[in-house]
Amino acid sequence: MTESPAPGTDTVAGVSPDDVQFRFREDEMADHAQVTVDAFLEQADAAAVRIEPGDDARALIPHLERLKLAEVNFPAFGDGRGYSSARILREAGYAGELRAVGDVLVDQLGYMRRCGFDSFAPDAPIAASDAEAALARWPHVYQNAADARRTIPEARHE
Amino acid sequence: MYAYDQYDQAMVDARVAEFRDQAQRRLDGKLSEDQFKPLRLMNGLYLQLHAYMLRVAVPYGTLDSRQMHALAEIADKYDRGYGHFTTRQNIQYNWIRLEDAADILADLAKVEMHAIQTSGNCIRNISSDHFAGAAADELIDPRPYAELLRQWSSFHPEFSYLPRKFKIAVIASDTDRAAMKLHDIGIQIVRNDAGAIGAAFYVGGGMGRTPMIAPCIREFVALDQLVTYAEACLRVYNRHGRRDNKYKARIKILVHELGAQEYAAQVEAEFAHLLDQGVEPPLAELERIATFFADPPFEDDAATEIDRSDPDFALWVDRNTHPHKTPGYVSAVISLKPVGGIPGDASADQMHLMAELAKDYSFDECRVMHTQNIVLPHVKIADLHALWSKLDEAGLGSPNLDTVEDIIACPGLDYCSLANARSIPVAQKIQQRFADSGRTAELGELKLKISGCINACGHHHAGHIGILGVDRKGTENYQLLLGGSEAQDTSLAKITGPGFDEDGIVDAVEKATDVYLSNRADGERFLDTYRRIGMAPFKEALYD
Amino acid sequence: MRILTGNDLKSGAVVWWDGSDWSLHVDHAVDVGDRAEEIAAREEAARRVNVPYAIEAQRDDNGVRPAHIKDRVRALGPTVRPDLTLKPSDAQAGNWVI
Repeated sequence: MTESPAPGTDTVAGVSPDDVQFRFREDEMADHAQVTVDAFLEQADAAAVRIEPGDDARALIPHLERLKLAEVNFPAFGDGRGYSSARILREAGYAGELRAVGDVLVDQLGYMRRCGFDSFAPDAPIAASDAEAALARWPHVYQNAADARRTIPEARHE
Repeated sequence: MYAYDQYDQAMVDARVAEFRDQAQRRLDGKLSEDQFKPLRLMNGLYLQLHAYMLRVAVPYGTLDSRQMHALAEIADKYDRGYGHFTTRQNIQYNWIRLEDAADILADLAKVEMHAIQTSGNCIRNISSDHFAGAAADELIDPRPYAELLRQWSSFHPEFSYLPRKFKIAVIASDTDRAAMKLHDIGIQIVRNDAGAIGAAFYVGGGMGRTPMIAPCIREFVALDQLVTYAEACLRVYNRHGRRDNKYKARIKILVHELGAQEYAAQVEAEFAHLLDQGVEPPLAELERIATFFADPPFEDDAATEIDRSDPDFALWVDRNTHPHKTPGYVSAVISLKPVGGIPGDASADQMHLMAELAKDYSFDECRVMHTQNIVLPHVKIADLHALWSKLDEAGLGSPNLDTVEDIIACPGLDYCSLANARSIPVAQKIQQRFADSGRTAELGELKLKISGCINACGHHHAGHIGILGVDRKGTENYQLLLGGSEAQDTSLAKITGPGFDEDGIVDAVEKATDVYLSNRADGERFLDTYRRIGMAPFKEALYD
Repeated sequence: MRILTGNDLKSGAVVWWDGSDWSLHVDHAVDVGDRAEEIAAREEAARRVNVPYAIEAQRDDNGVRPAHIKDRVRALGPTVRPDLTLKPSDAQAGNWVI
């Protein structure tokens, strides 16, 4: 369970560590109290944030040293703003946990991994074998993104 | 022509396997229709009025004979013996079974084709000038840039769930044959004052419910920053793009609401950031791609004179050929607009024939035009008579390029689940009217475009004469528009007034052409006369 | 009358609820009254139909006529290709949809 919010703080109910179904990190999963982007900017001791589709992830960039968990909500799988939020954080050097939550479906996992997500808490659980197959689907990639994969153009010209 | 290497092939093959799995999960009930719909759309599979429809990508409209033969075979094997060439230089099949869709994609993959991102809220098939690599007036062949962007946009991890669909066109001539400024991003390859080749970006154009002409947001992007700049344009859009109202979700609304200057400033900031992120493929990749578009071995000193004694042939040559950069050659247009036919439809037999003619007369290459015709880009003038004879015999020799008979029409309510009115019967009646009156030639260049609903797949906003089908209390009704252009003089057509029924709209078009004929000055096209005299005389003739 | 239509999941073909199964022919459609949602939910769950929906229609001497032109086009086929409609031998069949 998430920690109880301190009185008077603007805390949202992020997902609990128990809800995380897939995680691609070696470090131990900490139990943070995710707060809204606005609250995170106001509270100097906040270490976890929940980013909604309309939030501007760039506002977090000056505060990355205290950010340990960024949770990006996908209220509907068709709303792709969270992909940009993820890449913006990774490009700014954020190396902490980047968690996709909400309407996260198996067919989007590959794209999410490429945008830098390394933890997933889907509303509806995904069969582990399906997730594995989806993540192994693409033998190559065309674009540079937030992962370290060698791109097709790079492979052609090395 | 571009040829896949092991990587391109592996990606397309992986997509076939992915879609086979997705379709099976739908058939097994593991995916709901709501979940499956965006997945099938990203593979070009729609559910239309009568069946599933599959839209196959023809990147920048270019096909070789092997591919055209394969398209014909798919029409015979999986559909009802025909296909429909679209205003995005693609082909679609109207009678597809979900159970067959993955097999069709596998057949396409064997000839380096696919249906990737031909629908859905993602970056769609990149379109280009249908005379690319052939036109006498082009700066350079734009297709290598289109191919570079095709690869960058395929399975893009950040931009596969955009607010709405996203269309990009690339041209490299001051003459715009691709409606470049009516795209989400229009790119013109240009030479700057220092003599370097680069790209001008026009962003936020489009047709649909709210037509807009794209403003230029950057006059010159260096070739080794092209992909990075496109990525910046898309990221600003994806971050901002509203999801609450799909009618306001296109980038044209964002650019309009922010203002072109503010949008451009935000793109510049994102671009500056992305330049350090290693987004751009190595310039050597663009050079590699460009080698595939090298000129075919044109003959030196090919004959430039032909025997024009057959008047039917001479008329076809005058109407349906376009100047080529190499003396002794032309680009020849195969009209898919026979009077009374279905604009853009071709039977499997016709596709096979066009493939053979491409092989025999055009260095194994043909192109799909956004006007729903087919081009053989590199035909020796000396071969024109032989080519024309074969086309004419197969009903493909209509000499009507850019005339009132060369109508763009969307499938309309005969096929499309979004349509409010039928487009094709209106096109057929108009063609018949002018073929009967014999006025087609006298009217000269007259671009008539018909859409069966406000989504404007038939480009009615950009027609010299446009027709928009609407639903009026359950019956089909047609609005008339005048003065649009999708060429370099881009303009948006204006509605004349109250709509007409099916026969009424045919009369109205004829009346509009009468106004033109009685007012035109020397050398004026319909559009020129309209621009000079304005809407009033037309309204008077139509409604008084 | 109120009738139920949709597309066959596998083939995509236009189908009409005939009281016990899905038919290709609109004339077989039966009045579903206020049971449209119930039948649609059950049949969709069983994957016998895709995106079913109820429409208004009239039955007359010539058969069942959907109220909206779009469903009449669906019932017949493309008017510009009489050979591909359900009445290929009737060149005038297209007039029925108007």
